Amino acid sequence: MELRKEYVGELARLMRQNDKIVILDADLAGAGGTKPLYEEFPDRCIEVGIAEANMTCIAAGLAASGFVPFIHSFVPFVARRALDQIAVSVSYSQQNVRIVGYDPGVHTTSNGGTHMSFEDVATMRAFCNIAVLDIVDGIQLRKALPYIVQHQGPMYIRFVRKQTDVIFDENYVFRFGKADKLRDGKDITIIASGTMTFDALQAANKLEEAGISVDLLSIHTVKPLDEQAVTESARKTGRVLTVENHSIHGGLYGAVTELLSAQLPTLCDAVAVRDKLTQVGNLNDLKRDYGLTADDVFDRATRLLNRR
Amino acid sequence: MDVKQFAKQIRRNTLRCIHSQGSGHVGGSLSIADLLAVLYSKHMRVDPANPKSESRDKLVLSKGHAGPALYAALSLKGFFPEEWLDTLNKLGTRLPSHVNINLTPGVDMTAGSLGQGLSCACGLALADRLKGVDGYVYVIIGDGELQEGQNWEGAMFAAHKKLDRLIVFVDSNKMQIDGLTENVLNIEDIQAKFAAFGFDTQRANGHDCEAIDRAIAQAKQTCGKPHCIVLDTVKGKGVSFYETMGPGVHSTTVTDEQYALALKELD
Ligand SMILES: Cc1ncc(C[n+]2csc(CCOP(=O)(O)OP(=O)(O)O)c2C)c(N)n1
Ligand SMILES: [Mg+2]
Repeated sequence: MELRKEYVGELARLMRQNDKIVILDADLAGAGGTKPLYEEFPDRCIEVGIAEANMTCIAAGLAASGFVPFIHSFVPFVARRALDQIAVSVSYSQQNVRIVGYDPGVHTTSNGGTHMSFEDVATMRAFCNIAVLDIVDGIQLRKALPYIVQHQGPMYIRFVRKQTDVIFDENYVFRFGKADKLRDGKDITIIASGTMTFDALQAANKLEEAGISVDLLSIHTVKPLDEQAVTESARKTGRVLTVENHSIHGGLYGAVTELLSAQLPTLCDAVAVRDKLTQVGNLNDLKRDYGLTADDVFDRATRLLNRR
Repeated sequence: MDVKQFAKQIRRNTLRCIHSQGSGHVGGSLSIADLLAVLYSKHMRVDPANPKSESRDKLVLSKGHAGPALYAALSLKGFFPEEWLDTLNKLGTRLPSHVNINLTPGVDMTAGSLGQGLSCACGLALADRLKGVDGYVYVIIGDGELQEGQNWEGAMFAAHKKLDRLIVFVDSNKMQIDGLTENVLNIEDIQAKFAAFGFDTQRANGHDCEAIDRAIAQAKQTCGKPHCIVLDTVKGKGVSFYETMGPGVHSTTVTDEQYALALKELD
C-alpha cells in the first residue's frame, strides 16, 4: 500500500479518538493524500492555499490553544520556506506543531531542483527542541503515528508519499528515539536513516556474502539520536558508515560524528550528498549521480574497512 | 509568423516536450501559450544569438512549473535546437520542468518555489534603472500563486519605487492543484487588489492575442506606475480533452494517444 494511504488511514483512526488533531494543507491535499480526511472531518481539516508561512503560524496559534496541528507540503515548502516562522512561532514558542515533509531529497525526482531539499534534517536538528523523524516505510509510519500525536514539543517528519516497499512487518514496534537493529555483526557498523535503509540492507547482504559481518542500525529518530546504540556498536566494530538521503552536512552523519568525536573517536565515513546542487532526474539516475545507491554503500564500507 | 500560428506551434511544442516524459504540468503550460506568443512575436526585445544582452527585455516565469511552454516558445525563436524539447527532466538536461536561469538560454530567472518571481523581477527592473537600460521586465504569476504573501510585498515595493517598466501578468485560469481557486482560497478581485497596491491595471481575455497585444501597448503608455494585466484563461486551453478535465489537468499525462489526438486538434 502507498505510504500516504497508510498515513491517512491511521490519522483518520486517531482523529476519531482525539478531537484535538487538526490537519493543514497548502494546496497539496490531493497530492499528499490527506484529501479523504476533509470529508470525514470538515472542521478539523484546513486548506490554507499556497501559503506555507501563513499555514505554519496558523498551526502555532491552534497549538497554543491546545490542538495538535499537522502541517503538510513538499519538504522544502514546509521545512524551508517558512523557516523563521518555524523558528519563532513553533520552536521558540514551544508549540506542539507536527511539520510533515513529503518526498525528501532525491525522491523529488521530476519536480527537480526547486523542490529538492538536502538540508532539512540539518536545519530542523539545529533547533533545540524539534524532534526529527526520517521514516523508513509505511508500516513504521503507521505504528509511529499514535506516538507522534502524543509527543510533547514540535516534531518534523519526512517521508515518501508514494512508496510501497516495506522492510518492517505487522510485529514492528515503534520506539521513539531508539534505533532498530537489523543485523548483528562485528566488522563494521552501518547506520542508515529513512528510505536509505533499503540500500543499506542490500549492501549488508552483499558485504556478508564477501565475508564481512555488518552491524546494521536503522534510524527513524535522527533527533534525539539513540546515543547508546551508536556508541555500543562503534565500540564493537571500530568503523562507522552512515547512510542518508541528505547532505553530508548536519544530518545523520553530523549527528553520529558529533557524538563519536566527543565520546568515542571512531573512523567514520558517509553515504550522503556531498555539496552538490539539486537537480531534476529519475530516481535511479539521481541516486547514482549523488552516490546514494547500494553499490555506493558497499564501496564506501569496503574502503572504510581498509583504512588504517 | 502570424501570432495565432505561433501560439499553435507553442502548444504543439509544449505537448511534445511533456510527451517526452509522459506526464507533466499540462494545464498551466497551455493556458499561457497565447501570452507567450504575443510577447515573443511582438514585444520581447531579445536576441537568440546573444541571450544575455544587457539591453534585452526579461521575462520571469514565476509560475515556474510552466517551463515547457516557455521552452516551446524559446525553441521556436531559435534560442536552442528543438531536439532539446525531448530531454525534459532527464538527468543532465538543459530543460528542467521548473525554469532555471543557469541551464536554459533565454530563461532570465529560476522559479518553481511559488511566490518569488515578482520580487526577483523588481530586482531586475531596479538593476535596469541603475544601469540606465530601458528594457522591460515581464512577470507571469499563477492565480493560485498569488496566495503566497511575498507577491504582495513585491507589489508594494514595485509601486513604491514606481517601477513602470515592470509588467505583471496574472494567468487567471481559476484553478490550482486542490481545486478551483475560488474554493481553495479566494483571491479575487485580483485587479482591484493590484490597483489598491498602486498598479496600473487591466483585465483581458488571455486567449485573444489582439487583446493581449493591445493591453501591453496600453500599459507601456502609462508612466509612473508598475502594470498588472489580469488574463482570463482556461487551464489546458487549445486541446478539448484538457480544457474539460478540471483541476486534474494541472499535472497529467500526455500519452502517445493523447499526443496524437492533441496534434490533430492543433493542426
Ligand atoms: C512555495 C510552493 N508551494 C507549493 C508548490 C506546489 N505547487 C506547484 S504548482 C501549484 C499550484 C499553482 O497554481 P497556480 O498558481 O494557479 O498555477 P497554474 O494554475 O497556472 O498552473 C502548487 C501548489 C510550489 N511549487 N511552491
Ligand atoms: Mg491557476
